[in-house]
Amino acid sequence: FSWTCLFYTTHFYHTLLNKPEMQNEMETSSSNLSAVLTREQGLQYYRTMQTMRRMELKADQLYKQKIIRGFCHLYDGQEACAMGIEAGINPTDHLITAYRAHGYTFTRGVCVREIMAELTGRRGGVAKGKGGSMHMYAKHFYGGNGIVGAQVPLGAGVALACQYQGNNQVCVALYGDGAANQGQIFESFNMAALWKLPCIFICENNKFGMGTSVERSSASTDYFKRGDYIPGIKVDGMDVLCVREAIKFAADYCRAGKGPIVMELETYRYHGHSMSDPGVSYRSREEIQEVRSKSDPITMLKERMLSNNMASVEEIKEIDVDIRKVIEDAAQFAISDPEPPLDELCNHIFANDLPMEVRGTNPWVKLKSVS
Amino acid sequence: VASVWILSECVSLFQVNVRDALNQAMDEELERDERVFLLGEEVAQYDGAYKVSRGLWKKYGDKRIIDTPITEMGFAGIAVGAAFAGLRPICEFMTWNFSMQAIDQVINSAAKTYYMSAGAQPVPIVFRGPNGSSAGVAAQHSQCFAAWYGHCPGLKVVSPWNSEDARGLLKAAIRDDNPVVFLENELMYGVPFDLSEDVMQKDFVIPIGKAKVERRGTHITLVSHSRCVGFCLDAASVLAKEGVECEVVNLRTIRPLDVDTIEASVMKTGHLVTVEGGWPQYGVGAEICARVMEGPAFNYLDAPAVRVTGVDIPMPYAKILEDHSVPQIKDIIFSVKKVLNM
Repeated sequence: FSWTCLFYTTHFYHTLLNKPEMQNEMETSSSNLSAVLTREQGLQYYRTMQTMRRMELKADQLYKQKIIRGFCHLYDGQEACAMGIEAGINPTDHLITAYRAHGYTFTRGVCVREIMAELTGRRGGVAKGKGGSMHMYAKHFYGGNGIVGAQVPLGAGVALACQYQGNNQVCVALYGDGAANQGQIFESFNMAALWKLPCIFICENNKFGMGTSVERSSASTDYFKRGDYIPGIKVDGMDVLCVREAIKFAADYCRAGKGPIVMELETYRYHGHSMSDPGVSYRSREEIQEVRSKSDPITMLKERMLSNNMASVEEIKEIDVDIRKVIEDAAQFAISDPEPPLDELCNHIFANDLPMEVRGTNPWVKLKSVS
Repeated sequence: VASVWILSECVSLFQVNVRDALNQAMDEELERDERVFLLGEEVAQYDGAYKVSRGLWKKYGDKRIIDTPITEMGFAGIAVGAAFAGLRPICEFMTWNFSMQAIDQVINSAAKTYYMSAGAQPVPIVFRGPNGSSAGVAAQHSQCFAAWYGHCPGLKVVSPWNSEDARGLLKAAIRDDNPVVFLENELMYGVPFDLSEDVMQKDFVIPIGKAKVERRGTHITLVSHSRCVGFCLDAASVLAKEGVECEVVNLRTIRPLDVDTIEASVMKTGHLVTVEGGWPQYGVGAEICARVMEGPAFNYLDAPAVRVTGVDIPMPYAKILEDHSVPQIKDIIFSVKKVLNM
């Protein structure tokens, strides 16, 4: 059975625009500062975020055991962003992000097994082992993109397709504080605003682009204002309900054909930039510990639910145990599943094409490629 | 339209220049499939910087013919994203020189995605625009990108010569579910060619990846693409007067390269000269020579294969300098005679 939670405040900051009717719009929304959480939702958000957390920590382990190789950018600390966004949009909406993508791959519908097996490069991975950490895809989820900033015009393009097809869907295009200075992002802002594309541009500001703090990379760290003529919202990205409500507002706005929105989610990553970065040369351990103890998104949700009698300690423990099993099972699969077969090396070059020959490493090696 | 008698049959021939062939191809494909749309700088209200999209905006409107700001990286990325989500964009670069601003989107976002996603995400997009040297536009506007894009797996790269090529290959490119780099040539836009009724059919497509033998010959094979095909045919006419019969192969597609047609020709003639407008180093001709070396045709060569290319310099402006920076008919004739030891 479900309870309705006593609501609490979500804080929106908004840009004031020159258009008075827009101002009213924004003010109305910012006065709607409460959110309602049902028990069912709370448990679902908890489960999802905790799964993301445990999955990333398991990936950390496997990387240190050299079972995962290459790049591995972990999302722990930022779970409320992915969860809040997914809670605020429909499965038929679209999402694209950069390389810190495991969390989104999960919220967009790929199971942990397939994510982990992709990290370990096995045939059971969501991209059959061909993509790796940065290149996982799902229905209405366009990755996982390795080139900083490139995903933003792609997301605007997905939004263009939504508008073109008149399907009332929106696209969420995410980028980090490091990418926020990319020229192509401003090019995307321009076209999205010009053509009123249903695109929600979201900057996940975790304070560091690799090892460079926002103060050292950006002349303006008000990333929600960078859209200039595009309305911006700054949101506490550690609070899943804040994120959800902001996304709901933004999605409604975009669906109404009013154009794009820029959003900044203030968040934090516990790990370094990637697994090759200990993450303590450019920030202090105390800072990391402080965020963990004061602002952890999962802890915050759990405590709210417990203090509002929306769940019991035992229930939460049960969920944790369950998740542990899911992760263990997924890790086992990821370790034991075989690598992709060599005769599939050259497949998937072209879609819907006849089989073709691909040159191997020397002229006598002729490999086969099928779509 | 002209009616001519060919083998006692009255056949209609339509005189169409390359520009109009491209225009008609796009018009027909826009009509055929509502997911197809065109975006680029000046493609709509200006009728296209080179008038290739003339009349299309009037006919199809803002939704399907989209003028973009001068932001190649942004609009190329937007085009690729639209392809991800089920549309079939034609993304025009005003010239391929400007594609360098957007090359990451062409290669990393378009070409590689089907592979990275293990077949989950196709990218049905055409990038098109004029490529290579023009007339008096100097160094930054004259580069040939056939070799650059031809290098990358995941792309199809086509380079039409005449109106039939332009029409058939553009239709094929638009109907292809994969990223196609379509390299036009500005100096060819205004050149008319006679097209048969068959070619004018709405479903006329030329298969991507097949070269065409434009002229049969027995003494030497000339392999070329785009505008240089015309020069090869002109050189062949001159050489024919001296008793040298050249076989001229029009590549039509840079990637995938039709090695079979090239090899069959070389095995017949025993001699090979490649002709291209682009720079020599790591170019299209270099690839053709390497492939011939590695395959059965090598044993049939009576002389080393050589390349005729653009001069290895940025394109100068002054006419006399520009004229001497690109392959001329006399360069082809000279190289043929050298290879034939005449």
